[in-house]
Amino acid sequence: MKAIYKRELRSHLTGMTGAITAAFLLLMTGIYVAVYNLRGGYPTFAVALAGNFILSANFVYVLVIPVLTMRSVAEERHAKTDQLLYALPLPLWKIVVAKYLAAVTVLAVPCAVMAFYPLLLGKFGTVNYASDYGALLAFFLLGAALCAVGIFVSSLTESQVIAAVVTLGIFLLLYFMPLFAPMIPDSAAASFVICLLLAVLLAVIMRIMTKNTAAAVSVGVLVAAAEALVYAAKPDLYGNAVPKALSGIALFDRLTPFSSGLFDLTAVVFYLTCAVLFVWLTVQSMEKRRWM
Amino acid sequence: MIEVKNLVKRYGDFTAVRGVSFSVRDGVICGFLGPNGAGKSTTMNIIAGTLAATEGEVVVNGYDVYEDPIGAKSSIGYLPEQPPLYPDMTAGEYLAFVGEARGLSGDKLWEAVDRAVERTGLGEYADRMIRNLSKGYRQRVGIAQAILTDPEIVILDEPTVGLDPRQIIEIRSLIRELGRDHTVILSSHILGEIAEVCDEVIIIAHGEIAAADTLENLVNRYEGKNIVDLTVRGDAETVRRIADSVPGVTDAEIEAKSAGIVRARLSADRGTDVRETVFFRFADARIPILSMSYEETTLEKVFLELTKDRPESPADTVDTADPAVPEIPQTPEPAETSAEPEEPSESAEPAEETEPAEPAKPDKPEKPAKPAKPGKKQSDDDYTPLFGG
Repeated sequence: MKAIYKRELRSHLTGMTGAITAAFLLLMTGIYVAVYNLRGGYPTFAVALAGNFILSANFVYVLVIPVLTMRSVAEERHAKTDQLLYALPLPLWKIVVAKYLAAVTVLAVPCAVMAFYPLLLGKFGTVNYASDYGALLAFFLLGAALCAVGIFVSSLTESQVIAAVVTLGIFLLLYFMPLFAPMIPDSAAASFVICLLLAVLLAVIMRIMTKNTAAAVSVGVLVAAAEALVYAAKPDLYGNAVPKALSGIALFDRLTPFSSGLFDLTAVVFYLTCAVLFVWLTVQSMEKRRWM
Repeated sequence: MIEVKNLVKRYGDFTAVRGVSFSVRDGVICGFLGPNGAGKSTTMNIIAGTLAATEGEVVVNGYDVYEDPIGAKSSIGYLPEQPPLYPDMTAGEYLAFVGEARGLSGDKLWEAVDRAVERTGLGEYADRMIRNLSKGYRQRVGIAQAILTDPEIVILDEPTVGLDPRQIIEIRSLIRELGRDHTVILSSHILGEIAEVCDEVIIIAHGEIAAADTLENLVNRYEGKNIVDLTVRGDAETVRRIADSVPGVTDAEIEAKSAGIVRARLSADRGTDVRETVFFRFADARIPILSMSYEETTLEKVFLELTKDRPESPADTVDTADPAVPEIPQTPEPAETSAEPEEPSESAEPAEETEPAEPAKPDKPEKPAKPAKPGKKQSDDDYTPLFGG
């Protein structure tokens, strides 16, 4: 596991993805700090990280993390080096976790550099270090969760470019989710219909993944039936359900409270859960590859 | 020890491996032989754990690959069809990475790397970036990776592809050396390679085992006859009369070529060398022999015989309800070349049967560098040499 981690980290560092990620992240954060804190006179570094929709450092993640994670599994498969990984006497999850930790380490480097910014700002005035470092931690964890998503997407394809573009698309969608969510009709009936459509989508995805029509159809029917039952018994549950769910998965938006000095533990837990979930999904996706 | 039972692998609707069963004893070099797409690589991938089987059981060194994949994998060194190399590392770094990932550390790791570099003749190339290595050296790095931790079982998928003749000789002698204290499975579609290196041969065709036996037995089992191919100057009638008069000749194909040139193919029973008699009979009749060549059954023939396309209804393809795949497969359908029953009388003349075992016959120039057509003289155009060259 250590060997894989070292190799992966090395590949990030020699293969430019690590350097690009760190440099771009630091450059943009530096600009935001200069604009908000040094010129604008905001006393909190957290504002530069997450203060303003679009115009703060967390948007940089949308652009750099796809670059950081696009290779991780896709390139192994493309170069057929995944054959070596599968043949190693290591459980697959260790391999994926090693890859994931390497990407997170690359992310930790610019975050560590950013840890000097509040100290720097402290030279010019009063800084609330606790809230700034809390925000930086959340910022780092957001990046870690996004890395897991990126690696998962990378494990679905053989092409780095496709991996990068799809990851970018997902991140943009997540980033602008707070704008989209209110547009979705919030009546219970509309939510019910959307949930039914999701059940169909689930069945279609299952059919594609397992090539087992009977199982896919029965799962779809079961989920739809459960939804219908809930709708019949308690239609109120569906009220506003979809917009709420969509806002719920808006990863980036969860960072906003940190800019006003709050330490939102639910966001931290949410990021960690996301990371674990997508690392697990990556393991499943790689495991599935052995069965194809 | 590798035991494979009723292995089935389906890719969607396509069945790549259909109920393959075999076992490879310890310390044996076993060759997988088969045309491209026969299921060799799939079978090897499954044994090495890089692919999961649809059905069946694989036990490697006492570890079931499903129950205890880690145990099985740690006793296997595997070189896939395409060496899994990271181009941004030097060969030495790459080997150190594989060694560490396989659980070596410290002095042991570097000893293992040095030994693998030495055995595969990488030499100073160990310090070069893999992306700058030629195909042959990449292949060596791949082999070095497979033997790095000195695993009990080494699986090499087409190890000599892309190597030059000298490298091929070196790698083959390396494989023979490995065979002394390792179990080796290697695949190839170069028959000479299998003939030269392997103790046992498993011929795979259409996802099934067509034959599994030692090389000698295979050749003996399927051997029909020796064939003498003659070009003489004379008329066809006389040639036929003389040919029929030679004792031991069971069949003669006479074909008149242009300008009094006749080509004759005389078939004789196995173990009967009719060349001298043929020579003197023709000499007595004052018919000059322009050329004479002698063919005997070779692995190549056995291979062509066993792997030729068999008529098969598509309905058969998904037939998995037949788990009764024999350990040592039965004799295949008789070849169309022979009018006689092909039934091998193995026990009848054991003393003689050992004789054509060695592919390199004394009357054949030793040239191991040339992978194609062992034990067979050139100049026959009766079938195209599909392999090697």
